[in-house]
Amino acid sequence: MAEHPQKPANLIKWFDPRNKSLGSWAFILNRITGLGLTVYLFLHLIMLGQLARGPEAYDGFIALVKNPIFLAGELLVIAAALIHGLNGIRIGITSFGIAGGKQKQLFIGLMTVAVIAIVYFAIRMFTH
Amino acid sequence: MTQTWTVTYEIFRKKGNQASHYDRFEMKVDPDEYVLDGIERIWAFNDRSLVFSHACHHSTCGACGMLVNGVEKLTCITPIRSVTKDGGVIRVEPMRNFPVISDLSVDMTVFYQRMESVGHQPVVSNGFEDSKGKFDPEDDLLRLSDCIECGLCISACPIALTTPAYLGPAVLAGAQQSGDLNPCVLDLVDSENGAWRCHSAYECTEVCPSHVDPAWRIMDLRKKLVSRRIKKFFGIK
Ligand code: SF4
Ligand code: FES
Repeated sequence: MAEHPQKPANLIKWFDPRNKSLGSWAFILNRITGLGLTVYLFLHLIMLGQLARGPEAYDGFIALVKNPIFLAGELLVIAAALIHGLNGIRIGITSFGIAGGKQKQLFIGLMTVAVIAIVYFAIRMFTH
Repeated sequence: MTQTWTVTYEIFRKKGNQASHYDRFEMKVDPDEYVLDGIERIWAFNDRSLVFSHACHHSTCGACGMLVNGVEKLTCITPIRSVTKDGGVIRVEPMRNFPVISDLSVDMTVFYQRMESVGHQPVVSNGFEDSKGKFDPEDDLLRLSDCIECGLCISACPIALTTPAYLGPAVLAGAQQSGDLNPCVLDLVDSENGAWRCHSAYECTEVCPSHVDPAWRIMDLRKKLVSRRIKKFFGIK
């Protein structure tokens, strides 16, 4: 009998958006932002470890994070959290049979909110 | 007046343990013909060793599901015009997530067995209103159920791509539709590889040619499972 084609390496194909519908784009976006936030959590914990190395190390670190490249990184974290969180609300409610038929409209609506919030944070972060 | 287009069919070929490859066939077609018509002509006039599945030619048997230019299609009702243009290419591949028997034919045995185990009814009472799951026991007229067991939803599902253990959209939709959540069915669907494994990509509903809306049914099934658990917790019958 022919073998099943599934293998763990197929996981990479989750991230292929070609020929996919809006639901899959949401699925892919959730995976990317989820992975990004997990990596950020680890970096964040490492950086917090700086606190234990005294006030000078901490002040040096604060000066570093005011650099525009760090700010852009922070904005990416905010964007990921907004997208992941708002899309999470969509998945949470549709997963239990509420508004399942309206998942596309929900996605578009919530992502519009995310984009507006990201633009708002970007303006605040880069103009203060 | 009929039009004539020149299109190139790029057909996935695989026999036994040999490596797969694509064969190209340039053809004159009427763009209002269906993708399956072209495949049949290739078999009839170019290559009798081409293996593919079909039967009814009118979206009832569910045998002719394939990937057409990367998207799951029931080839007997997919007009050539809808997937390519004059001078264009039609790449035809077997469905994903099923073992390939030969060329474009896949082995759907496990899928059919699962459909049976969850009590999917291929023939239902005419009074059975699929989308709301209503059933009129007085109605003695019969009709075919919406799901034609074509497997396109399983092929499009990203979760089915990584594990053959996941029951898949049509099977979970079948359980929701049959309405009979007996202990055997519950064992299957209220499990890690059942309704809880779906990751809400909604690709199944996109490709379903029969308006089953399997994604909605999976979510509805979850609602039913949760309400059973809550009732059980409070000892309500
Ligand atoms: S749910 Fe739709 S796509 Fe899936 S097997 Fe049934 S008819 Fe085919
Ligand atoms: S040949 Fe029967 S559904 Fe296409």
